[in-house]
Amino acid sequence: MAIIIKILEYILIAFGVAILGLIYGGIGRKITARIQNRYGPPFYQNILDVLKLFGKRNEASHGVMFDLGPVIALTGILTSLMFLPLGSSTPLISFEGDIFVLFYLLVVSPLGMALGAGEGANPNATIGIARGLTMMLGYELVLFVSIIPLMIHYDTASFYKLVQMQGTFPNWNFFPFFLSAFAGLIALQGMMGLQPFDVVVAPHEIASGPMVEYSGRFLGLLQLWHAIAVIVETGIIADAFLGNGGAGWFILKTFSLFMIVIMVAAIFPRFRIGQAVKFYWKYPLIIGLLGFLVLFIWR
Amino acid sequence: MGLFKFSRSRSLWMMHFCTGCGAIEMPPTMTSRYDMERFGIIPMATPRQSDLLLVTGYLTVKTLKRVVRSYEQMAEPKYVIAFGSCTMRGGMYWDSYNTVKELDLYIPVDIYINGCMPRPEAIIDAFIKLRDMIDKGEANAWKNYRDNLDWYKQNQAKVFDINKWSAKI
Repeated sequence: MAIIIKILEYILIAFGVAILGLIYGGIGRKITARIQNRYGPPFYQNILDVLKLFGKRNEASHGVMFDLGPVIALTGILTSLMFLPLGSSTPLISFEGDIFVLFYLLVVSPLGMALGAGEGANPNATIGIARGLTMMLGYELVLFVSIIPLMIHYDTASFYKLVQMQGTFPNWNFFPFFLSAFAGLIALQGMMGLQPFDVVVAPHEIASGPMVEYSGRFLGLLQLWHAIAVIVETGIIADAFLGNGGAGWFILKTFSLFMIVIMVAAIFPRFRIGQAVKFYWKYPLIIGLLGFLVLFIWR
Repeated sequence: MGLFKFSRSRSLWMMHFCTGCGAIEMPPTMTSRYDMERFGIIPMATPRQSDLLLVTGYLTVKTLKRVVRSYEQMAEPKYVIAFGSCTMRGGMYWDSYNTVKELDLYIPVDIYINGCMPRPEAIIDAFIKLRDMIDKGEANAWKNYRDNLDWYKQNQAKVFDINKWSAKI
């Protein structure tokens, strides 16, 4: 009985997070428009987009794997949502070492997409996949380096424990570990695939990369994946560095992080893929490694 | 069902097939001055993802092949807006040997915009008209193409063959 309630609760959370992510995306589009001196779409525009995509018919298909690609992508992000503490609430699955599992699961979605788009055999998709996987080498490393000092400091590899132990406002990890937080924020920019790191989905260059052959409902699933990924990715940084709190605080924190990312994205042009990875391995990685010094000074 | 219809008319992803001079009217329509994103219309990179095909000017026979192919790659329901007098009756290319004069013979068109070229105001006006047409269920050109596929294919084949014939001479 208890497990059924837990599963229902999780389904509810997943729906809520998807809609929240879509609304974040809509507000992000509005903010970008205002920065560019435009009026911008309504904040619920992304929800309409997804509804429309699910209402389309006779999409192109290029084989079984092509159809399953978006499903794997969505499954991967929904599974990583199980490990993420939303504010101070207990995640569905929590054990010692779940940070590593969470980070592995974050890779499942891009890989699923790569498998699916690969079967489409469009050259643009192939370039997009190659760029996406190369990009992952850049930001994953920085993200790990920014989280490891916290795991050493609290002597735990359980995300839930890590969030619980850091406490509320004045005890945020952000203040002692500000260097790691800064590196994490730069990694977030690449993880969300926004400018200056939007080499993967570069609409005017490689015709939206891995998504080039997808249409209709498949594209709708990919949009949902992006929406949930927004919450999961900002949620990781918010949980790790910005303390714990209720669901309301969690929404406020993830939204502020999302706003920072969107505003940076609105004013930057695009790196080339080589430049992007080089950038990650130079500056944020050095900043992240300097973050380890806090362990010696502050403890 | 009403929600799907509503979202269909409020979120049109468009692909502009940039032929002729109409393409130059699109940047102002997209950017700060006229801003079509207000109506949920954004440019998409590929025909697979888009709902709305903009044919922005005259079409040579060679380009027409690509337009037909792009149009057939789009997922239904799909809409077409044709720009300027060239797509209606040939315009200034009336007596040209390798342009098509009536786009409507080869792919179904929902809305024509008059002018040479139409201003961004006219384009925005056409977008709103199309939105209203979708709301009322009148934008059914894609159904027309599916039902009369033979007729359209015949017309296309005719013009493609003529091209082959004239190349021989």
